[in-house]
Amino acid sequence: MKQEPGLTLIAKTVTRVSVWLIILYGIYIILHGHLSPGGGFAGGVVIALAFLNVMLTYGRETVTHWVNVEFLHDLEPACGAIYMAIGILGISISGGFLANFLSKGTLFNLLSSGNILLLNIIIGIKVAMGLFTVVWTLAIFHINEGGEK
Amino acid sequence: MIVYLLCFALLLVGIYGLLVKRDLVRLIIASGITGYATNLMLVLFGYKRGAIYPILEEGKAVGERIMVDPLPQALVLTSIVIELGITAMLVALAIRLFEKNKTFDITKIKRLSG
Amino acid sequence: MPTETWLIFILGFMLVGSVAALEIKDLLSAIIAVGIVGLGLSMAFLLLQAPDLAIVQFLFEIFAIVIMVRAFMKPGYHFSDTKSKPTGRTIIVMAVLVAIFILSINVFKALPPFGEPLMTTSQHYLENAARETGSANIVASIVLDYRGYDTLGEATVLFVAVLGTLTILRVKSNKKKEEESEK
Repeated sequence: MKQEPGLTLIAKTVTRVSVWLIILYGIYIILHGHLSPGGGFAGGVVIALAFLNVMLTYGRETVTHWVNVEFLHDLEPACGAIYMAIGILGISISGGFLANFLSKGTLFNLLSSGNILLLNIIIGIKVAMGLFTVVWTLAIFHINEGGEK
Repeated sequence: MIVYLLCFALLLVGIYGLLVKRDLVRLIIASGITGYATNLMLVLFGYKRGAIYPILEEGKAVGERIMVDPLPQALVLTSIVIELGITAMLVALAIRLFEKNKTFDITKIKRLSG
Repeated sequence: MPTETWLIFILGFMLVGSVAALEIKDLLSAIIAVGIVGLGLSMAFLLLQAPDLAIVQFLFEIFAIVIMVRAFMKPGYHFSDTKSKPTGRTIIVMAVLVAIFILSINVFKALPPFGEPLMTTSQHYLENAARETGSANIVASIVLDYRGYDTLGEATVLFVAVLGTLTILRVKSNKKKEEESEK
């Protein structure tokens, strides 16, 4: 039995340096979804895997000190509601549901393609927070069932 | 055509696992295999020989290279995400059933409520 | 080597891996075998010129394996499926599936041959996507602009799956948590 939960000192040091690079990589995949392969789904699951990395290396208590877990649990349905709100905004501005109403810009720019950039970001956050909720619930159930950490 | 037949054989292996196996973990594995075979079959229907991925690049003209069919790829993207949701929920069910009955064997799980 | 030969090789590898995943008695080996089938599928997507799908399949496969290994590695689990000869039900199921496989050869002869799709609707997407939506990735423009309503449905399914997992694994009362914190 170890004194403190989690893995060894080497794993903790490497995680402390590299978790920010993983989150940056996930944000890069989400933002360049309309220029290169990837998009909202792939970037979202990369960010969820970064949180899972911290959870496996440091234990659950450290994650509650690092981020506000209740806020992240509530962020997922909020992003679903924002997606629907953008759709209804499309009805009021032009055309029908989920019409492309922002400016399209020039091709191959980062700020082009209208609605697609905004929807990529919202889908990315939604997938990341949903998968993090699933992993968090499985970890809590694992503890309460009687197994040790 | 051999590629189509091999993919259909993968689907039949998954269905065999769903019908014959008695262990809950094997059922989850078999449902995953069936999902993989279905997604592969959809993408196989859209492949064009000698074509390239459907992403435009900066220096090239629009109609220079012939591209593969992008529509089955868009449908399979949604399907892969939904398969993960199904697997997560089946794992949660299996954990709860093990806690109540102390076994993963489906012929020994008889009570429904409790 | 042409693409079709590589595809036949990868598909044969996936078939062997999936049969092994269903028949091996050790549980950890079975989960790793299903992981290998998923990674082989990601390589097949790369060969079929679909890099978007290869990234998504690879990452979701790793997530599924991590969840399954964490949930099923219990100390008190005994694998109890020890039969030495196949029972009557197994033989009937295998005979029916082999018959279905032999009857499906004629069906696959009637489809267009491999590598020559019809592409009647996709011609419009390939020619007009850059001008109408302004994005260079045609698959992303189909998923989020031409068919954005399907993505809303898929976000709803993901939300319902997370909600179902939370409901099934809910701890019944606060008594267990208080006992844990008092120790």
